[in-house]
Amino acid sequence: MALKLAEVRSLVRAALATRPVEIGCDDCLAQVAAYAERELAGLPVSEALRLVEQHLGNCPECREEYEALLAALRGAMQR
Amino acid sequence: MTRPRLTWVGTFSRMADLRRKMDSVAQVSDEDWLRLLRVPGEQAQAAHRELHALLVRGLRIGLAGRPSAEALIDDFAQEATLRVLAHLDEFRGDSSFVNWALAIAVRVALSELRRARWHDVSLDALTSDLRAEVTLHVPTKEAPTPERAAARAQILAALGQVMFSDLTARQRQLIAAELRGMPQEEIAAQMGTNRNALYKLGHDARLKLQRGLERLGLSADQVMWAFDE
Repeated sequence: MALKLAEVRSLVRAALATRPVEIGCDDCLAQVAAYAERELAGLPVSEALRLVEQHLGNCPECREEYEALLAALRGAMQR
Repeated sequence: MTRPRLTWVGTFSRMADLRRKMDSVAQVSDEDWLRLLRVPGEQAQAAHRELHALLVRGLRIGLAGRPSAEALIDDFAQEATLRVLAHLDEFRGDSSFVNWALAIAVRVALSELRRARWHDVSLDALTSDLRAEVTLHVPTKEAPTPERAAARAQILAALGQVMFSDLTARQRQLIAAELRGMPQEEIAAQMGTNRNALYKLGHDARLKLQRGLERLGLSADQVMWAFDE
């Protein structure tokens, strides 16, 4: 299995960032709107949402969805 | 539905301000959304239409800059509305109802868009080069110093050891496909599973890789240094 430098870097970074307990994509989806609301209100991440924050750091798909959600909510606030 | 008690007045005030700014949320309470969507009849149909319209509006903003999404936004909102209706009991009140529904709509939309980009790519073909080793392809002009090359060789050997001794064939395939950019929805579809189960499979694989790196006795900084450009 031949990997490029960027791929190896991505693999070791992901491995090193892994925590024994992580939530999956479904749990992230259930809580991501609450996480986004706190972000938009300028509030610190609550203990209950730490696992969401961590998941968003590890899962590019959920991260992409979170950023799109944040953009939509920002748009709603500006109208 | 009662929101969890917020612990300090400032938090409550800022969250309330935020929700007031979101016009749709200010007009219909979460309790009313749930009540209207659950009771059959004309009111429920009107609520479905309103929810669909809100999701369309949110998706137009959230997916701006993705030309492939524009023609599909109405379909995404339709599918998301059905999914929201099927999962009303899972709404816990941690956020506003509309924002929770919008998060579901964004997942529906982006999942479909990702799959459309990748559905012609075969997972097996993409990962056909899985053999009992991990090698690094680095252009000659980027040759590392001898110290870095030695560290890389040591780490790659450790990764290879874990990949081909500790991981299952599905975990190896998942890791390889993710590194090559295939989205989890498509990997899951071709493996006959779902994204949530796939994440857990990947989590277990990453933990094993982490332990393999730890056995080398190197710090995280030393590992990352080895693969700096």
